[in-house]
Amino acid sequence: MDVLERYEPLVDDFEAFRAACERPLPAVVRVNTIKTTVERAIDALEAEGITVEQTDWHDGLLRLPEDQPGANWPYFHGWIYGQEEVSALPALVLDPQPGDRVWDACAAPGSKTSQIAALQDDEGVVVATDSNLGRLSALRTNTEQLGCTSVAVTHEDARNHSLKPFDGSESQSERRQTRSGGSVEYDRALVDVPCSCEGTVRKNPDTLDEWTLDHVHGIAGVQKGVLRRAIQATKPGGTVVYSTCTFAPEENEAVLDYALTEEACRLVDFDLPLESTSGVTEWDGETFDESVTKAHRIYPHHNDTGGFFCAKLAVTA
Amino acid sequence: MTHGNVTFDRVPADDAAREDPEAATREEILDYWADRFGIPPAVFEPYTMWERGKGKLWLFRGDAPDTVPIQGLGMTFLRTRQKFWKPTTDAVQRFGHHATANVIHLDAAQAAAFVDGETIDIEWEGDWGFLIVTHDIAGEREPLGVGLYTYGELKSQIAKGRQRDLDSA
Repeated sequence: MDVLERYEPLVDDFEAFRAACERPLPAVVRVNTIKTTVERAIDALEAEGITVEQTDWHDGLLRLPEDQPGANWPYFHGWIYGQEEVSALPALVLDPQPGDRVWDACAAPGSKTSQIAALQDDEGVVVATDSNLGRLSALRTNTEQLGCTSVAVTHEDARNHSLKPFDGSESQSERRQTRSGGSVEYDRALVDVPCSCEGTVRKNPDTLDEWTLDHVHGIAGVQKGVLRRAIQATKPGGTVVYSTCTFAPEENEAVLDYALTEEACRLVDFDLPLESTSGVTEWDGETFDESVTKAHRIYPHHNDTGGFFCAKLAVTA
Repeated sequence: MTHGNVTFDRVPADDAAREDPEAATREEILDYWADRFGIPPAVFEPYTMWERGKGKLWLFRGDAPDTVPIQGLGMTFLRTRQKFWKPTTDAVQRFGHHATANVIHLDAAQAAAFVDGETIDIEWEGDWGFLIVTHDIAGEREPLGVGLYTYGELKSQIAKGRQRDLDSA
């Protein structure tokens, strides 16, 4: 089955889209500002003879067109971390501040977790959850090597995420107050869910061979559950960012539409530093809430990156 | 509670708060970093300290209840309940630049051998035992990890999975 063809009605220049999906992506690393500066990371890479191209929209994202991210001195020091360009977007949209309590609901292997910690200057708490023990071990190793001290790792299904480890109800209840004053709910949550991953086809060409519509529908159920839990666990006035690396509206706008119906939230406008198009309100005979157009779709031919979907929600009660 | 979680216990503040006589106290830990490496206690002031399992200590930027069932809380930073306490590679890379004592500096070729897990023949006038190991990168000294110095040799303590064959450029 030609998976990409199903998106022809959504994509502006389908031939350019298809051609971009067939081109491999260069290696990209994010500079870990918990341990170094962008300038030192670039100096150290160039001192090893590695060609570095700063992306034009983010100083700390470096393309390494001729190299792999893992075999150099800056990597050994935890100064850089392999992370695709578009994958750096959701943490920026989340915009965490030093001192915030943040939940990263589907955190492994930790690229966005560690980016959130860095954006907070490693001050505050990032609760990083994953359901898969093997991936959890990578998450722990990665965040520790990147020098994150503000990350707490939990092993659970995010749909049933418990605030309990931090509310202290099993021990000294008077100690449950956090520095922000009493509530253990989150200021912000990132819901970067498992998905059918079509947007990563430039890195993993096999992705499309494994694609099935059954999987899309199955995983959309998980995505809805995780997004709901994140909205419930976030304070009124807090921010939830929902992101995927799939083009499938079933996993994107349909999930948002469901959350808008079931939970106290609304979609908010936001700008992206990359070219994108709006979320779609119709797909396969279904229509979605008009406000899903506030979400952004990024196609590989727009910015010569992977594909991505990102939405920002405000929690209203 | 979900399966697979383990409990983190808060490190007791001082001797008076200690129930397990073998447990390290926060006071002892701050003294250790200050006495051995010259790292001022103020560096660790924003952090809570936790023990998981026997002797493995974690450093966490936030606070939490005294007993936390969770998979990870910040970073592992010190191995205690043994005669010579041992800092972790991650702690040394994160906080080692504050150190003023028991820091051994390697040249480019020695640093490459060190991160590849090798033992290095090197003169050292100071204390034996665990040292913070540095090298020059991007114009400054930067901590690489921990080495064990005895009898004219510095044994790399870089874990196998972390070892790399890098250029000595």
